[in-house]
Amino acid sequence: MTDQIASRLPESWAWAAWAGAALIHVALMLCFVLAAVAFFVWLERKVSARIQDRLGPTRVGGRFGWLQSPADGIKLLCKEDIIPAAADSFLFRIAPYLCFCPAFAAFAAIPLADGWVALRLDIAVLFVLAVAGMEIFGVILAGYASGSKYSLFGAMREAAQVVSYEAPLALCLVIPVMLAGSMDLTTIANAQEGWFTQWFVFHNPFSFAAFWIYVVCATANTNRAPFDLPEAESELVAGFMTEYSGFRWAVFFMAEYTAMLAVCLIASIAFLGGWNGPIPWTGWLGLSYSVHPALGFLGDFVGFLNLTAKSFLGVIFIMALRWTLPRLRIDQVMAMCWKYCVPLAAAMLLGAAVWLCLFPGGVFRGVGLRNAPSPTVAAVGAFAGEREQVQP
Amino acid sequence: MNLFFDPVGLPHYLLVGAVLFVCGILCMMTKRNAIGVLMGVELVLNGANVNLVALGSPMLYPSGVAPLGLEGPLTAAFVIVLAAAEAAVALAIVLSYYRTAATIDVDQASQLKG
Amino acid sequence: MTAAVLWHNVFFWIFGLAASALAVGVVVSTNVVRMAVCLVMSLAAVAGLFFLAGAPLLGAIQILVYVGGTMVLLVFGVMLTARLPAAAMRTNAGQWVAALIVGAALLAVLWQAGRGLSAACARRDAAAPSAAEIAPANQTVTELGLALLGVRADAAQSAEGGSSTQRPGYLLPFELISVHLLAALVGAAYLARSRWPARRQAADDVRSTDME
Repeated sequence: MTDQIASRLPESWAWAAWAGAALIHVALMLCFVLAAVAFFVWLERKVSARIQDRLGPTRVGGRFGWLQSPADGIKLLCKEDIIPAAADSFLFRIAPYLCFCPAFAAFAAIPLADGWVALRLDIAVLFVLAVAGMEIFGVILAGYASGSKYSLFGAMREAAQVVSYEAPLALCLVIPVMLAGSMDLTTIANAQEGWFTQWFVFHNPFSFAAFWIYVVCATANTNRAPFDLPEAESELVAGFMTEYSGFRWAVFFMAEYTAMLAVCLIASIAFLGGWNGPIPWTGWLGLSYSVHPALGFLGDFVGFLNLTAKSFLGVIFIMALRWTLPRLRIDQVMAMCWKYCVPLAAAMLLGAAVWLCLFPGGVFRGVGLRNAPSPTVAAVGAFAGEREQVQP
Repeated sequence: MNLFFDPVGLPHYLLVGAVLFVCGILCMMTKRNAIGVLMGVELVLNGANVNLVALGSPMLYPSGVAPLGLEGPLTAAFVIVLAAAEAAVALAIVLSYYRTAATIDVDQASQLKG
Repeated sequence: MTAAVLWHNVFFWIFGLAASALAVGVVVSTNVVRMAVCLVMSLAAVAGLFFLAGAPLLGAIQILVYVGGTMVLLVFGVMLTARLPAAAMRTNAGQWVAALIVGAALLAVLWQAGRGLSAACARRDAAAPSAAEIAPANQTVTELGLALLGVRADAAQSAEGGSSTQRPGYLLPFELISVHLLAALVGAAYLARSRWPARRQAADDVRSTDME
């Protein structure tokens, strides 16, 4: 995009092309994330209502309460700004933003369709994991800076939980990286092109199990129920968010929904085929760039809708989990991570690696839908071949 | 000074590394809080990492060949992992000391016993 | 200068100044939590410098391990030991003066060494073979991973024979530091275990609410 802008500007203004491209990328990311978050606020209330056999918002904005999210936002903006007297005021003020910014920054590397990514990194999976793991500082600072012991306990428990569950989360994500041969999310999704049998979740039984372990760890990582003891009303008032009211509380909730959307997007891209639908009808209709740029854009847009649908289904699933399962105690949460999730994830990783050695093409791929060897094997083979050539 | 007007190159990165290193040494020398000393150690290791990466980055050299090549970031990665291990052990020692002496003032840790 | 070089400069100054100023903030501040916050942001700025210098993998590792791991560990340590008044642990002025003199001297030495090294590298660069003869190192993940195995794509032709793509692999140090990390963490967990046998016997009938 930088080149497209730079080609329209005079030569000495080329630097503005970079700034313009960056700003446009940020604006697009922000639109997507904020629209999704506003939608999730409404969705959570509807999903929770339906599970509890009631209707949810039905008054504000028509029969389905579409305007509930803006109404909530306006209400939170108009609330009184309260900072406790015992609070460290500077840290108290910056903590919500330290929580939201990493969750949002992770979207820089997450592709929304083939080639629709702000920052195409070849370490995208590692980047998303790393940046999303920085959220924990906002939580710890919020707990400390509130100057109240409920907040501090809640923050410490949440920090321990989030940091612990990052380990099995990363172990589960190594499996799609191995299957695709690259940490680049665009490459991982493109390796699942075709019918739904090409999706990594159906590649081998170990990656299928790893997908469900990933779902559990992602739910725990974003502190959603049944792992939400640190912010549970019956135990710790509201955990680290106890002293936050009004818009600062809204920013914390934005951070939580943004993180939830990010992990669901990663699950969709890494395991569920990304922007490839279950049936590759865009290829049959000829919606590709080789035919016409506008048709290619349409094909990419259909892919974007596919990806959005998959990740929103994942979010609905996580929301339904919240209102269905009882809460786990903190010692049960930590035991589950270290005694169950980490060994299981490691065993799945080992199993998937052994499977790749035995059946390099995969079970479905070997049947005739796709016969390419895995890219990792090809890359090592290419370099090994070059090595043999230069042997004296 | 010519640092401000030249395009950013190796001397700039080495200066940042030096500043981080010296701040870490100052922390280790002046802080009485044991965890403050640990933070100084982290700063020292980061200064060294900045130097390693600058010497291994092909972008900073007009000919495109860096003195360290791929070893720069690789060694820096090893340093990061070793620093994590060292921080864990040092923090465990500090916590043990806090439990026995009820303070983390390093000035009072003057006896070999206990 | 071209736009790319200009933006590289701008972001270098932003990240470099942030890292240095926040490091000075760590030295100067007296509240240990503020020191921790300054250190976290300084480490994040250093990660930005790594991304800028063309080592994105290392930048991501820095954020993941340092910022997300080591600093959380330090902050936990701060929280667990933060019941003491900060004023009781001030360094007196004489020690500050001595420390600043030593620090300034060290900075001067390092700066001189840096200048000499840069000049030497510039001279070596001018005499180096042109980039067309050498495969440029992309420092992508594939290159780094294969370097671990000993297959080098950034082959600088070495005069003393041997294949140009064969360099010693880094797999053994990698495995060694992995085991070292495991041993260090197990040792740290053992060192930091709670040892109050009297309290445990007394707590037989009264369940404590600590998380184990």
